[in-house]
Amino acid sequence: MSAYRIAANKLRTTSILSVRTESPTVTTFTFKDRECARAKPGQFLMLWIPGVDEIPLSILDVGEDGAVSVTVKKVGEATEALHRMKAGDFVGVRGPFGNSFTRKKGKILIVGGGTGMAPLWFLVKRLLPDVERLVFVMGAKTEDELLFMDGLKKMLIGGNRQLVATTEDGSCGITGLCTEPLDRLLTNERFDMVYTCGPEPMIRKVFELAEKCEVSFEASLERLMRCAIGLCGSCVIGKYRVCRDGPIFTSKQLREVEAEFGSSKRDFDGKRIPL
Amino acid sequence: MAVIGSLGTDRLKVNLAGLKLNNPTMLASGILGYSAETLSSIVAGGAGAVVTKSVGFKPRKGYANPTVVQADFGLINAVGLPNPGISEFVREIREMKRLGVPLIVSVYGFSAEEYATVAKKAVGAGADALELNVSCPHVKETGSEIGQSPEVLAEVVGKVKAVVDRPVLVKLSPNVTDLVEIAEAAVRAGADGITAINTVRAMAIDVETAMPILSNKRGGLSGPAVKPIALRCVYDVYERVKVPIMGCGGVTDWRDAVEFFLAGASAVQIGTAIALKGPSVFRSVSRGVDAYLKKKGFRSVNEIVGLSHRS
Repeated sequence: MSAYRIAANKLRTTSILSVRTESPTVTTFTFKDRECARAKPGQFLMLWIPGVDEIPLSILDVGEDGAVSVTVKKVGEATEALHRMKAGDFVGVRGPFGNSFTRKKGKILIVGGGTGMAPLWFLVKRLLPDVERLVFVMGAKTEDELLFMDGLKKMLIGGNRQLVATTEDGSCGITGLCTEPLDRLLTNERFDMVYTCGPEPMIRKVFELAEKCEVSFEASLERLMRCAIGLCGSCVIGKYRVCRDGPIFTSKQLREVEAEFGSSKRDFDGKRIPL
Repeated sequence: MAVIGSLGTDRLKVNLAGLKLNNPTMLASGILGYSAETLSSIVAGGAGAVVTKSVGFKPRKGYANPTVVQADFGLINAVGLPNPGISEFVREIREMKRLGVPLIVSVYGFSAEEYATVAKKAVGAGADALELNVSCPHVKETGSEIGQSPEVLAEVVGKVKAVVDRPVLVKLSPNVTDLVEIAEAAVRAGADGITAINTVRAMAIDVETAMPILSNKRGGLSGPAVKPIALRCVYDVYERVKVPIMGCGGVTDWRDAVEFFLAGASAVQIGTAIALKGPSVFRSVSRGVDAYLKKKGFRSVNEIVGLSHRS
């Protein structure tokens, strides 16, 4: 059923509980919200920065106390304004919106790039108790930008779990893009599922490798968002609305939108532009 | 998936100023109307015709978010007419021609000449009809600023009619003192149909921050909250004009649609309900209307148009 719950779409104003610096440009904000506390890994919310903008953000985590976290990189006016906010300041929240990653139990490979790590952190937390094996490949430009490294190291202790880091400048782990070690990993071992999120050209590369090895695949995509409830058409990719039909897409769906996937998106005026 | 018109009944067929629809449900302007691919899901959902997002002469980025806010019984939006401009949009129009249902291109302009230029290009690319947006409540110097003056509106309709040979519908704003006077002016100037209504001017304020939520502060209300207003507007317009009326405002189920037909609408437009029910809302409304007609012994939806005026 495609119906949305009006309660989830209604804007709630809530105060920021805590602010945590993840890297020089990335910060995590935590707040209480009953609706978003029910979110599943992969879902997103719309965060209102009063008087500035409203932006889509993947949900990073839902704590046992029901506190909801989002991780935000400074990329423009809205995110810079958000980065200036402190505990006690008010933000508005709508959501959670969209679908979520399917929950698999077998051998799992997860690939995360940049701030694409946020929904994957949530996913790992929920998957870990049941998986047979989990390999997490994370990549960033520099060591500074490898998000949630310490937490992941702690979570991925044990024989059937593995964390592989890559940096473009070689400051940590394997030098190069996070897609570098994938070819070998996918050839040497049979995985039941590949999950990924990050810059779309990276996602596209991971998709192609998964296609080559015929492994099931799910990716979280990002597009410009306005209504978040499937009406305005701002976030469309092919016949799909990222806000309602996504943000998680399977390889079958991505094959259908191959002309746009990894190459173009719609601009604010609806025109198709390069990613 | 059911094929368009698969209800297999002639009861639902309507002819709107020469536009032949298999059923009297249409996609309202502003919803998912950028691309042929997204409109195809609306057609698959059973829409009898589609109206595109409004397109103007030049590209527009629209407003910053928040552009949509949930009210208790509807949505308030001030998206700000984002569109790629007609020169770019003609490519999408050509694609949309393959949808298999009448394609109505919604047009706006900042002058009568702009409306005419955009309208001509849209028809040149294959639009089956035009709907003039003279009622957008949240962009200055177009939309409702045109549609609130009978004289200005007549000039716009006249200039558009002079350059196109397709039906021209005029979408009216409820934010006027006398909607009927405006409708009559549009019809005198040559309008082939009236769409009533666009959104109702509205706003939302957050109590914690004391701030208006929409970046544009004011927006337009749609959805179930405006249905009684829209119904009254259709009822009033039907008494005074002879052209077909498209009822628009809060249609969510077949009962809403039937109310609009009884008030005088020949078809209904649906938008906000897609968020609640998905694109198949068109089929469920059509099925319900068909069942109603059958039960009541009518052979065609046309027989109930304006029926409530008899009493």
